[in-house]
Amino acid sequence: MQILYKSEKDVLTVYLGGDIDHHTSREIRESIDGEIYKLMPKTLRLDFRDVHFMDSSGVGLVMGRYKTALVYGCRVTVANMPPNVKRIMQMSGLNKIITFEKD
Amino acid sequence: MEVINEMKMTVDPRSVNEGFCRVAVAAFASQLDPTVEEISDLKTAVSEAVTNCIVHAYKVKKGKIYITAALTADNFVIVKVRDRGVGIADVKKAREPLFTTGGEDRSGLGFSVMECFSDKLRVSSKEGKGTVVTIYKKIQGKCFHEP
Repeated sequence: MQILYKSEKDVLTVYLGGDIDHHTSREIRESIDGEIYKLMPKTLRLDFRDVHFMDSSGVGLVMGRYKTALVYGCRVTVANMPPNVKRIMQMSGLNKIITFEKD
Repeated sequence: MEVINEMKMTVDPRSVNEGFCRVAVAAFASQLDPTVEEISDLKTAVSEAVTNCIVHAYKVKKGKIYITAALTADNFVIVKVRDRGVGIADVKKAREPLFTTGGEDRSGLGFSVMECFSDKLRVSSKEGKGTVVTIYKKIQGKCFHEP
């Protein structure tokens, strides 16, 4: 599991990698929430390009970050989803409340 | 359905085992020569079932997770994930999308994902006794050259 950050102007990009499941999502959640609190970005961008596996815990993770970010007036976008990640995200209907960046 | 090969494993309900379980089942199923997508679907469904055991079945109770995987002559993988945990009071309700008793950051999509990523899903449960989830996944595979 990998979490890398890049902060540019008001945009905080999180590069996620490896497996996102119930086990790893806790650490990812704590890390991202800490970073939001520290940097107070206007946009939180979650980049999934190096994610090899994700189950519904990943949907919960994105949903939870959307709620956290909302409190700080920050919007959430997701980017570079591999096909298996995209499938599960679309199934959840998250695309109705969160911006999916075009590939 | 004639079973041609079978494996069993027992693991503790620790979240660190979620990755091990899905990878072990996927490795066993690879004998049927599945496509990348079929393996990915199977891993996702198994991951959901095992996570349910940890998050729900054994939240307060102690016990083990019992997994069997069987390969059939007609190219099905049948995965049974069984626990002796708290059980589900209303299985129909539990299978509804977005229904969750899991609290913060649980999406309530576990059973929906299992249904969507498999060909058939059976759930039987008894309160206080435990739950059995059976995932049926047909492997079309890459073998179009059979006589």
